[in-house]
Formats: sequence, C-alpha cells, structure tokens
Amino acid sequence: MAEAVLRIENLSKNFGGLRVTDDVTLDVMPGELHAVIGPNGAGKTTLINQISGLLAPDAGRIVFGGEDVTGLAVDRRAQRGLARSFQITSILPRFSVLENVALAVQARSGSSFRFFGAAAAEESLNEAARAALTQVGLGERETVPAGELSHGEKRALELAIALAMEPKLLLLDEPMAGTGRDETERLVTALRSLKGRFPMVLVEHDMHAVFALADRISVLIYGKILASGTPAQVRADPQVVTAYLGDEME
Amino acid sequence: MADAALSTSAPRRSLLAGNALPVAIFLIFALVPLFATFRAEAYVLSLVTRVMIFAIAALALDLLIGYGALVSFGHAAFMGLGAYAVGILSSHGIQDALISLPVALGVSALFALLTGIVCLRTKGVYFIMITLAFGQMAYFTASSLAPYGGDDGLTIRVRSTLAGFPIFSGDRSLYYICLICLLGAYLLCRALVGSRFGRVYRGARENPLRVSTIGFEVYRYQLVAYVIAGALGGLSGFLLGNATDFVSPAYMSWQRSGELLIMVIFGGIGTLNGAIVGAAAFLLVEEWLSGITEHWKVIFGPLLVLVAVFAPGGLLGLAARLRRMIRG
Repeated sequence: MAEAVLRIENLSKNFGGLRVTDDVTLDVMPGELHAVIGPNGAGKTTLINQISGLLAPDAGRIVFGGEDVTGLAVDRRAQRGLARSFQITSILPRFSVLENVALAVQARSGSSFRFFGAAAAEESLNEAARAALTQVGLGERETVPAGELSHGEKRALELAIALAMEPKLLLLDEPMAGTGRDETERLVTALRSLKGRFPMVLVEHDMHAVFALADRISVLIYGKILASGTPAQVRADPQVVTAYLGDEME
Repeated sequence: MADAALSTSAPRRSLLAGNALPVAIFLIFALVPLFATFRAEAYVLSLVTRVMIFAIAALALDLLIGYGALVSFGHAAFMGLGAYAVGILSSHGIQDALISLPVALGVSALFALLTGIVCLRTKGVYFIMITLAFGQMAYFTASSLAPYGGDDGLTIRVRSTLAGFPIFSGDRSLYYICLICLLGAYLLCRALVGSRFGRVYRGARENPLRVSTIGFEVYRYQLVAYVIAGALGGLSGFLLGNATDFVSPAYMSWQRSGELLIMVIFGGIGTLNGAIVGAAAFLLVEEWLSGITEHWKVIFGPLLVLVAVFAPGGLLGLAARLRRMIRG
C-alpha cells in the first residue's frame, strides 16, 4: 500500500475553554482529493491553519511526505511543498497578476537573495507563471493589478499561486466562497482538471462541488471527525444526515 | 495595425517618463557647481552638498517605509554613527577613508543588524516606538562620550583623505564625491527594489501572510533590507561629518529622525525620486524661510500640514495630479 502524503494523528487544539480540534486523525493518499465538510464553526479553517503551520496544535502530530512537520514554521512547510489558498482572499493587491504568480515560482527556483538584475525580466519565472495562469483561465489578465480583479478572478489567482509552487499537497480553504454560479462552475472545472495531479485537501461549503470532486469526505462537527469515507458512504451515513447534510442536500 | 503600434509605443513612453525625473535631478546636481561659480560659490556648494547627503539617508529611509512599510523613527542614529566614526577615528589621527569609510558603514550596519533583530519582531506602531527607543539610546550614549566631547560634540580638525589624497578637503571635490555617492545609492536602491530580493521584500509589505505561505521567511528579507538601509545611513553620516567638520549627539536626535521622515513623506514615499526631491525641498525651504525670519518654524509647520492634507502622495504625487489635470 502506498504511503500517505499527509497524515494527521490525534490533533487537538483549544481556544481557551473551547475545543476547536478534537483528536482529529485523517490522511491524504497520493492523488487523492480529500474533502473536509462541516457546519460553520466546526473548526475546518482551524484545522487547515494547523496543517499549513499558521497555528500550533496543542497535541498530536502532522506528518507530511514522511517527515514530522508539527514544529516547522509556515515558510518551511511551504518550501517542502505544502501550498494553500485562503478562505478570505489573500493576494498581493498592488502586484500585477503575473507578478503574484511569478513570486510563487521564484520561491522554488533558486535563491531569492539576489540583489541585482530585474526579477520582472526573468522569462523563466514569467513563463512558468503564465502556464499556471492559463490553467486557471487567467491567461488574458496578466498585466492587471491583482487588486482590480473580480472576486472570482481573485479566487482563481489564489489557485494559480498555489499551482505555481508545484506543490506536493494543495490545501484549499473554501476556494468557491462568495463566487457566483458561473465562476463556481469555472473553478470546479479547473479543480477537476487538477485532480489526480496533486493530492488535495478541500474545505468547501458548496455540497455539489464537494460531491462532484471528492474521492473521500471527512465530516467535521464541533472539532471532531464524525464520519469519513467515500461520497456514497458519507451520504448514506445516518449520523451525518441528521447532524449536517439533512438540510443541505434537500 | 493602429492597436499594435499603440501597444509597442506605450511601454517606451512610460520608460522615458519613468526616467526623465531622475535624469533631470542628477543633471541639475551635476550642473550646480558650474552656475555656482558666478556668485556665493562656497554657500551654494555647501547647501547643495548638504541636500545630497540628506538625500542619501532619505533614500535609505524610503527603502524601509515606501517598500517595506517599516516606519523607522530612529534613522538619524545611523547617520550619527557614520559621522562619529569619522570624528573619533580622526581624533586618533586616522583620517584615511580607506579605513574610516568601511568602519562607518560597518558600525552602522552592525547597529542595524543588532537592533533590527529586535525591532523587526514588532509591527506597526510598536516598530515605530522601538526604533525611536534605539535611536534615543544611541543619542544618549553619544552624549555621554566625554572623551569625544559629550554633549558639545567633536570638531573634526582634518577631513578624510583617500589613500593619502585630500580629496574631501576642497568644497568642489567634496560636492562631487557626495554626488557620486548619491548616484550610487540611488542606483543601488533602484536595483534592489526590482530584484528578486526586492520582489519578496515588496510582497511582504503587501501581504506578509501570503509571502510566508509561498515559502519565504519574511523576517530575513526585512532584516537584510534594514541592514542595507542602516549602512546607507552610515554613508550619509560619513559624508556629513566631513562636510560639517563636526559631529555631535544632535546628529542622532529624534528630531533629526523626524526630519528624515518628513523629507520622505514630503517628496512622496515609495518612489525613491521622492526621497531626493523631499530632502531638497525640505532643506531649501528651511534655508529660505530661516533667512526671512528666525521664527521660520511657525511658517514651516503649517506648510507641512498643508502638504500632508492636500498632497497625500507628497510633492511627486501633487505633480502627477497637476499633469493629469492639464492633460484633462
């Protein structure tokens, strides 16, 4: 059996008296899209923040690519191939679309402690950035300041930034949050084309997107994994239906 | 066809527009000594020399504020360290710039490194306060240096030499040395900002969280920028010590740090050109007003308020708005 790309073991995190991550254990296999769903406040973003290194867990272990990364800073984890998108769009607004992505390419191609020579003129960086932008459908928008993009385009740009890092695992925190119907369709198409190329952890509220894309789904409620399995198993799970899906799947 | 022609000519025009101002600035600086021969040569040369020296420090500060959102309120400390390096070495009979310049740069860079390690762990207002605190520490340390004049400061009896040649002694040659240093500092900053390093550093101003989740340790990039800015401040101080033949704790006072901030904001932050324009505007207006009345600060203060209120982008921002208005 292949080894898991990401393994989370008995992860726990408290905010004061509130247990936001409660003994969570889950893994992501190579090429797998593992979706995490759950109601608001279930601790999905907190979980993603612990995986990417923005929050330190109180207990438990995070093993990425066979290495215990629990104590590593966020930039170190990114260098090892952990890429993420944010629920609240996180881009560089005054940089051009191309430069946003080129910066991510730069992170994995040679030292950035170079003080001379215009980075904008490095075609190897620009070409790789353009390739990532084309994949998410932003090929025509490279010269636009990122702050002037539409909301859906910003979501796509975040995805392009993550892709440009050539990640070993993509953490996507509600990539469809706040996008319109057309844009959601575009993003679903983009994610489907990426499926299999990168293992992904997808946190998402859009149930149609989740059930269309996921290989496996874990249901998180009050910080605890309630159920975990294939979309068909999860959909049939009576506990899940009463606790969460009941009203969502009407 | 027309579209293609337009799209190829547009970048070229913006390239010219982007460089016309710095070319004009340095051309003016280069030509000042020629015109100065007609009248009051020593006065004009020393005034513009002072402008160029402060412009170097303002450039360094703009590198921090304009490109890194690191509002340092202690930048005069680096100038003071550079000037004290000249003064103290000179009082011990070491006048050659081959020694004193590296010492000035090294000491200010080291001070930037040690204080930066602490300061850069803080953000926003706390960063302003802690850089101010370190600046004042340097100020009080200098005041207590009894062997080197303490509060009264230290007269530099002999200006620096370069490999034995007294090139810092003549007003005119000192002027050109300062011009070369300013040009070098400007080109260095321009290169830095556009480099791979600069891209990460500028990105960290925009969104440090994004830059660190891409895989960069933001702190290291900011620390390197802080050290470079500190060393440039030291260079400026080295020249200032030579230009004034004097150094005192006042060179590192918080008022002086504030003046540097005003220069950068006055000219327009985040442009580099603005730092030079701001330094020139500040010192020339100060000189002009103080010739009119000894209470010149009563006029200068409101003037700064007007700029802050009506020209948020500083003088360069104001100029850009006027250009747009004229073009319609």
